[in-house]
Amino acid sequence: MSGRKPYTRSMSGWWKRDPFFTAYMVREATSFIVAAYAIVLLVGLVRLGQGKEAYDGFMQALQSPISVVFHLVTLAVFVYHTWSWFQIMPKTMPMIFISGKRLEGATITRTGVAVAVVVTIVFLAFVMGVTR
Amino acid sequence: MKRANDPIFWLPFGAGGVLAALFGPALVLITGFAAPFAIGLGPDALGYDNMMAFAHNAIGKLFLFAIVVFFLWHAALRIYHTLHDFGVHVGTVLKLIIFGGSLVATVIAVWTLLAIGF
Repeated sequence: MSGRKPYTRSMSGWWKRDPFFTAYMVREATSFIVAAYAIVLLVGLVRLGQGKEAYDGFMQALQSPISVVFHLVTLAVFVYHTWSWFQIMPKTMPMIFISGKRLEGATITRTGVAVAVVVTIVFLAFVMGVTR
Repeated sequence: MKRANDPIFWLPFGAGGVLAALFGPALVLITGFAAPFAIGLGPDALGYDNMMAFAHNAIGKLFLFAIVVFFLWHAALRIYHTLHDFGVHVGTVLKLIIFGGSLVATVIAVWTLLAIGF
């Protein structure tokens, strides 16, 4: 036993001190919404397995105002996720060298976002096509 | 030296991150707006019969599994680190909730997809 009172620096609000930290925390905090959306999809899958009546109820619930608000927030979060995912991609992937020159981070980001836009359009068109 | 078990978590984390980045916005548009309100899609686009057919298909099954499970594990790993960064001590109980919850959800998803059959 000792009377030591070691100084522990408070962690509250550390991420507000620097815009870089704030961006990091916003990016990380989007995960709560991603988890919520995954759970909504899981509920839909479980209801599907339970039969037509259960699944119809789930689809009906998707029309409720709460669902609309939730999906609006989720849509914003996912668009941000897409943008930020490719924003940090140059830092998370191994360096690429093309004829001795390192591939620029901005190029990786632009390519990633462009691919995401194409995939989004193709995927939407595909779903529209097959469900017609 | 103890081997790090991190890579086991990185795979679903990265897969979930990529899937969310590529399909996330479109998926939310479809399941949140287009399908329930029949905007650009038929009223039964994601109806019972269509979704059952999709879930019976091997590729459809795999897609549903990947979306639900990888999204969840991606989010779980980020939530785990986010709590730590906010100064929340992530002890055994919280770890059990975050990763145990993800594991339970994974089992439910696999179980449901198998029960639906091929």
